[in-house]
Amino acid sequence: MRTGDVLPPLTLAITRTLIVAGAIASRDYQDVHHDPELARRKGSPDIFMNILTTNGLVGRYLTDHFGPTAVLRKLSIRLGAPNYPGDTMVLTGTIEQLDGDTATVRVIGTNGIGAHVTGTAVLTLGGER
Amino acid sequence: MHTDEDLTERLKAFEGRPAATEGTGKDPVNLPMIRHWCEALGDTNPAYSGPDAIAPPTMLQAWTMGGLSGHTGRSAAYDELLGLLDAAGCTSVVATDCEQEYDRPLRPGDEITFDTVIESVSDRKTTKLGSGHFVTTRTDIRVGPDLAGTHRFRILKYAPAARPEKPPRPRPVVNRDNAGFWEGVRDRKLLLQRCTACAAPRHPWLPGCNACGGLDWDTVEASGEGTVYSYVVMHHPPFPAFDPPYAVALIELAEGVRMLGNVIGVPYDKVRIGLPVRVEFREHDDESTLPVWRVTG
Repeated sequence: MRTGDVLPPLTLAITRTLIVAGAIASRDYQDVHHDPELARRKGSPDIFMNILTTNGLVGRYLTDHFGPTAVLRKLSIRLGAPNYPGDTMVLTGTIEQLDGDTATVRVIGTNGIGAHVTGTAVLTLGGER
Repeated sequence: MHTDEDLTERLKAFEGRPAATEGTGKDPVNLPMIRHWCEALGDTNPAYSGPDAIAPPTMLQAWTMGGLSGHTGRSAAYDELLGLLDAAGCTSVVATDCEQEYDRPLRPGDEITFDTVIESVSDRKTTKLGSGHFVTTRTDIRVGPDLAGTHRFRILKYAPAARPEKPPRPRPVVNRDNAGFWEGVRDRKLLLQRCTACAAPRHPWLPGCNACGGLDWDTVEASGEGTVYSYVVMHHPPFPAFDPPYAVALIELAEGVRMLGNVIGVPYDKVRIGLPVRVEFREHDDESTLPVWRVTG
């Protein structure tokens, strides 16, 4: 593993079920994450994914790649284009820095509208990889 | 302008004040909530199950959520700040940033407490969503005396930008000759005229039969099956109620008559002569229902 290495992408179908299940699993009952009619009244074309789900998916992407012994230390994300039902998000990552067993990874999640999430993670890598 | 500056000054006064003091998690960290999270997100990491399970670190905020029953430990200051923004028209909210540090893993049985401080409130900013203020909070999450993690969260409280109102779709022209057809559409039926003299179906609705000149007729409900007989793609000129490009097709019904309408279920550039279609009824607003043609093959 080297600085500049690119992680294999993870493609996720942004289904209505994923958006609602993620919102409820993260205990986020804001209507814009489950009620299309109320979302529209607030100026959104449909329900959209909450930030906690996006955060969790970025975490999953990293540990899927680095394995169960990798420990996430920091994760900073910024949201851009919303994840609406019917879209597809592709998560990609680049190793920005390696310092001993500490990796800094830049993550981007792109959907049909643009960059849904941009973020930086710091992980301590386990012994197995 | 004066009032804007005045508001910003009042908002800034909240910086450094607590948003939550000694909040407690509604539930101890527990395996069922961890499992539900993993199931929703498709996370199969074995570290999150079994006797030595830890919670996914990104669940940090979830343990602090108020859920439907609301927050505990939320301070008057935070409610005041949000109330001030609501009163200024910034009634909508969207989360924009989340920065978390994980100091130790959370495990089933851990009972969390948290303290949140309002770190900053931005000047008035104009975004694509509307204009408003970014509010940044920082939450320290503890188990007993130990820091488990910190969670910095930024929301935009904003007044939604006014969207230009789309004019309603033009209404079909309903007259004495074709009123029966549009009454049928309102009842979600596709009615054809049929000559009672020679039994020829016809469309559009007319006073007399094209085949035999007969003036008497009754109606028959069409099966709704048809094929694309011909089509055009409209690019220009744009009409405010429509989103070009779109396909307008001449549909040949199973009964032999032809009818104009939009084809749905495929992009405009995939419409082809011969495509099999079936009628659907689409409500464009409270007063307008139109037949449209969904591709079935």
